Amino acid sequence: MKVYNRLFSRELLLAYRNRGELANPLIFFLMVTSLLPLGVSPEPGVLSMIAPGMIWVVALLSSLLSLDGLFKSDYEDGCLEQLMLMPVSLYLVVMLKVLVHWLVSGLPLVVFAPLLATMLFLPDAGYLPMVSSLLLGTLSLSFIGAIGAGLTVSLRRSGQLLSVIIMPLYIPVLIFGASTVRNAVEGFSYLAPLLILAAFTCAAVAFAPLAVVAALQLSVDE
Amino acid sequence: MSKAPTRKWTWFHRFGSPKWFYHFSSGLLPWLWLAVALCLVAGLVWGLAFAPADAKQGNSFRIIYIHVPTSFLALAGYYLMALAGAVGLVWRIKLAMWVLRAAAPLGAVLTFISLFSGAIWGKPTWGTWWVWDARITSMLILFFLYLGVIALQQAFQNEEGANRASAVLALVGMVNIPIIYKSVDWWNTLHQPATIKMTEAPSMHPDMWHPLLLMIVAFYLFYALVLILNLRCEILRHESRSQWVRELCKSRS
Repeated sequence: MKVYNRLFSRELLLAYRNRGELANPLIFFLMVTSLLPLGVSPEPGVLSMIAPGMIWVVALLSSLLSLDGLFKSDYEDGCLEQLMLMPVSLYLVVMLKVLVHWLVSGLPLVVFAPLLATMLFLPDAGYLPMVSSLLLGTLSLSFIGAIGAGLTVSLRRSGQLLSVIIMPLYIPVLIFGASTVRNAVEGFSYLAPLLILAAFTCAAVAFAPLAVVAALQLSVDE
Repeated sequence: MSKAPTRKWTWFHRFGSPKWFYHFSSGLLPWLWLAVALCLVAGLVWGLAFAPADAKQGNSFRIIYIHVPTSFLALAGYYLMALAGAVGLVWRIKLAMWVLRAAAPLGAVLTFISLFSGAIWGKPTWGTWWVWDARITSMLILFFLYLGVIALQQAFQNEEGANRASAVLALVGMVNIPIIYKSVDWWNTLHQPATIKMTEAPSMHPDMWHPLLLMIVAFYLFYALVLILNLRCEILRHESRSQWVRELCKSRS
């Protein structure tokens, strides 16, 4: 248990030391959102109509942006190999790393989202569903994306490839996340899509690390 | 005592031997060519010329004889690819990994044909090339999954890593396909519900349905044929230094 605590604080410390990198997805989130009124229309009516889906799409893209570095530095300086040699469960190590990654990149997105929702004139009924669906959704985005990060960690230019292989797997999260917000805005019950999203997140948290472990092992073998 | 289990598994390992497979498929290929040619010609002529025209769609419905079989195989091909990847990962059988390599572009092309023929069919019947309907969208996502597997395969320098990485990705995709299908089904709109179900009698007239069945069989055979041809190329490419390939080349020339 002590090992996992140490690993947890190590990951947090590393994230803190590189806090500049953590800001980038947030800035991206903000910038893309401000492109929307410029590109589509600044009309409140139009924006509030597309807001539920747009916030979700942009959140998805910015979470993709932060994933590339998930295992990269550990792979490059050899820490990853050392972690694999340690007599601890790699499954739990991966889970820990992804959880910390979510804490420092997914959670800020969720906190940030209401601000952007205001800029896009999201109707009031949409705020709580948006925050709760993003809370669950970003967690599963981090875990699913970790599979891609593990598969591409040994490649030199992995960013674009990561997006190409992971985006199709993000689609269920996007559908249920966005429909949670849309249902709420249109005055329907949003519990059903939110619960399905929760179930999906549970499955992703439990099973994705298995695939990540396999991916990391083959990447280290390279 | 120890003989029995080993003998039990020999068929499995023999099947994984590239040399054995090459010679085995050499015997199989002529028959497969013949079967494909017969079924394809018979099915096409029957479907395009003799099957009755649809009451509402007229002759444009005949594209079903291309559209439905390719859609079947696009999906079945993904499962085949992922299962081959799983076999390759677990038992480290090279041949299974080569099946994965051979099946990925084939499946991507079939998915594309399915989407394309669907668009052509959609124009006269629905009045539009494209709609964001559940089944079309899921086929598009299947196409993306195929592209992801191919892209990952090509990004790796060494082939062993490429095979294993794309096998993992294909397996993750396979787990995800039912979820994607179900989730996309949430906005079920324009596409007709599945015509052919295993559990019920088809809702089509037998005169239209029998040629379709023949075309599906023809496409399965065609898929097997192309896969085996692709696989034989992979085998020759990888085994080009081995004794039996050299002898094969000598006997040919």
